[in-house]
Amino acid sequence: MEDASITLQATEEVRPPVTNIGALGWVRQNLFSNPFNSLLTLLVAYGLYRTVPAFIKWAFINAVWWSDSQACNQAGGACWSVVTRNLRFILFGFYPYDQQWRPVFSLGLLAAVVVYSSFRRNWNKRLFVVWAGGLALIGLIMHGGIFGLPSVETEKWSGISLTLLLSIFGVAAAYPFGVILALGRRSRLPAIKTLCVVYIELIRGVPLISMLFMASVMFPLFLPEGITVNKILRAQVAIIMFTAAYIAEVVRGGLQATPRGQYEAAESLGLNYYLKMRLIILPQALKTVIPPTVSILISAFKDTSLVVIIGLFDLLRTTHVTLSNPEWMGFSTEAYLFTASIYFVGCFVMSNFGRRLEKKLKT
Amino acid sequence: MERRWVDVCSAIRIKFSMSASEIEKTGAPDRGQVPLWRDPAKRAMVFQVVALGLVFMLSYWIFSNTQANLRKLNITTGFGFFSKEAGFEIGESLIPYSAADTYARALLVGFLNTLKVATTGVLLTVILGVFVGISRLSKNWLLARLATGYIEVLQNIPVLLQLFFWYGLFHTSLPGPRQSCSPVPGIFFNNRGFYFPLPAYHPAYPAMAVALLAACGACYFLHRWARARQDKTGKIFPVLPVSLAGIIGLPLICWLAFGMPTRLHVPHLVGFNYEGGFSFSPEFGALLFGLVLYTSAFVAEIVRAGIQAVSKGQTEGAMSLGLKPGQVLSLVILPQALRVIIPPLTSQMLNLTKNSSLAVAIGYPDFVAVTNTTINQTGQAIEGVAMIMTVYLVISLVTSAFMNWYNKRTALVER
Repeated sequence: MEDASITLQATEEVRPPVTNIGALGWVRQNLFSNPFNSLLTLLVAYGLYRTVPAFIKWAFINAVWWSDSQACNQAGGACWSVVTRNLRFILFGFYPYDQQWRPVFSLGLLAAVVVYSSFRRNWNKRLFVVWAGGLALIGLIMHGGIFGLPSVETEKWSGISLTLLLSIFGVAAAYPFGVILALGRRSRLPAIKTLCVVYIELIRGVPLISMLFMASVMFPLFLPEGITVNKILRAQVAIIMFTAAYIAEVVRGGLQATPRGQYEAAESLGLNYYLKMRLIILPQALKTVIPPTVSILISAFKDTSLVVIIGLFDLLRTTHVTLSNPEWMGFSTEAYLFTASIYFVGCFVMSNFGRRLEKKLKT
Repeated sequence: MERRWVDVCSAIRIKFSMSASEIEKTGAPDRGQVPLWRDPAKRAMVFQVVALGLVFMLSYWIFSNTQANLRKLNITTGFGFFSKEAGFEIGESLIPYSAADTYARALLVGFLNTLKVATTGVLLTVILGVFVGISRLSKNWLLARLATGYIEVLQNIPVLLQLFFWYGLFHTSLPGPRQSCSPVPGIFFNNRGFYFPLPAYHPAYPAMAVALLAACGACYFLHRWARARQDKTGKIFPVLPVSLAGIIGLPLICWLAFGMPTRLHVPHLVGFNYEGGFSFSPEFGALLFGLVLYTSAFVAEIVRAGIQAVSKGQTEGAMSLGLKPGQVLSLVILPQALRVIIPPLTSQMLNLTKNSSLAVAIGYPDFVAVTNTTINQTGQAIEGVAMIMTVYLVISLVTSAFMNWYNKRTALVER
């Protein structure tokens, strides 16, 4: 008798109410869990209903893609022609038109190197060789002068090439400098410490734009007569000096997070300062600061757009210049949306990579 | 090979078989005999002297080059140009200014414009950032996704590009003054600016301001008294409702007492543009819009992290003590979350202030823009850049000093 009742209960399936499972349950739980939540959902949905269809209509349905500016003025929607017609200028600027396969090839090469280094099993000494080799090859291809390639002066590197050049070389060159500054700030020698603290705090207290002004109007005064330095190089130096201070603070965080025992162990092994740092402390400290370093790379990538103000032709400036052409004057929204999407993709990929890395490295 | 090993071994043997007296003779390290590079104290000294010397030499080299270059260019250094006539107009100014005024006054106008955009920006950013940050944690799926999208998009686009975007949008999409768009009667948007009605002057308004100040002061003392009473007796006084009633009610009573003035200065078309009321330029609008949207995305992330940093146990603990939801938030969650939020929030506020220097790119006359014009006109590049750096440095230092003080006040009192 008892057995029977138990089997009866086990076989009897009590299904949960239909409003608590499946799509309906999800909607109820996530969108209409209480009166306030329901009101919120309705408000947001109404807002989206008012904006999204209008935007889609403007951006896709009524948009013009491959016309001249005349047709654009008559179209009711977005004029993407301002992008498609000027695409090569926006991307590569004044780089000689028939040579623009070179920046394209360089971008591909850079992407390959980046993809190669995003795999953690490739994180060894060979990675540095790959990066150095890759960047050198990119430099050679872009500059030319050998392999029968016509030489292209750096003044003509513009558009996305300049943006990437300034940001990647900026961070790469600032890194060792930043590490030295961080070590200096943690140093026991008062003079060294003071110098590093003053440098770091000074740079972090001023906007990048003032550094760029310094590079464009003051650097020429600093150099002895007769020596002139290319404008791009001057901006690059300013970006390096600026980024180094921020990297120094990040690295300092890593140095402080390394347990004291590691320092003491290294000292008790009889290692001198240089060996202690190189073999014991820095490998650990730099590993912990990889995620914040990625975010420094992201801000460097975004911040290079400020060179617009001192008149260099980076990606943003080429867009700007395209819009100053009377033919394409009124279509700034479309052009800036395009450029913004390039920056967005770059930064978004990097920040997602950084976030994944942070999770993986957290042991 | 063999021979050398024997040598080494015998040397070691000799060293270890030395008698105590021998060790005494040779052992005890004599400072005088230790070579310079083996003595940490001296080595540190030498190292520092060399570093300082290098920095000094570099500075001297730069200084002498600059001197020579300036002499050649016939530029006299110094701030003598301050008292000269500026000779350029500034689009918007908080204090009376004309082209006939001095450079010093022009720079002051620029500085005030920077302060104006920075303070308005900081205020709006905090409000918007807190709102978006809380939305991102909302249980409402739609709202949370929307907030996430907002943060991701705005964080990952350079702020200068956003400024250009808004400026371009305001300039191309808004109609000319004669066809101004007017979403609400009395408010006009056109490509010359944004115009809002402003109450016409009436003696009631200064009185209302005084009433507001008085109410705020009274609230402060009420808060202190309520806290003291709670410490002594454990009774809770409803401070927030009473304060709100006072802050809203006192000016309202004032307004009623003065006979409810409602006259407004409505902007109206004069010639080619609107006059009257309150207005701001598209440059200011674009700068404020861009800075606030960009920075609020970062603030939202900070707020989210701060709220998430308070463990769930704290909420449960507070609720099990019998606190009401409002009290849980204001007495338990917020004080702990703020401790996490304040330091990164400060650096975002400073970032906003520093980024306001990008005004120069869209033609809003902030301090950097005015200084840039000054540099171009007078050639005083060194003074100009030094001034920019000093101003931002001082703003940074003052803000961080204030925030450190605040931080210390709210910091956890540990045993």
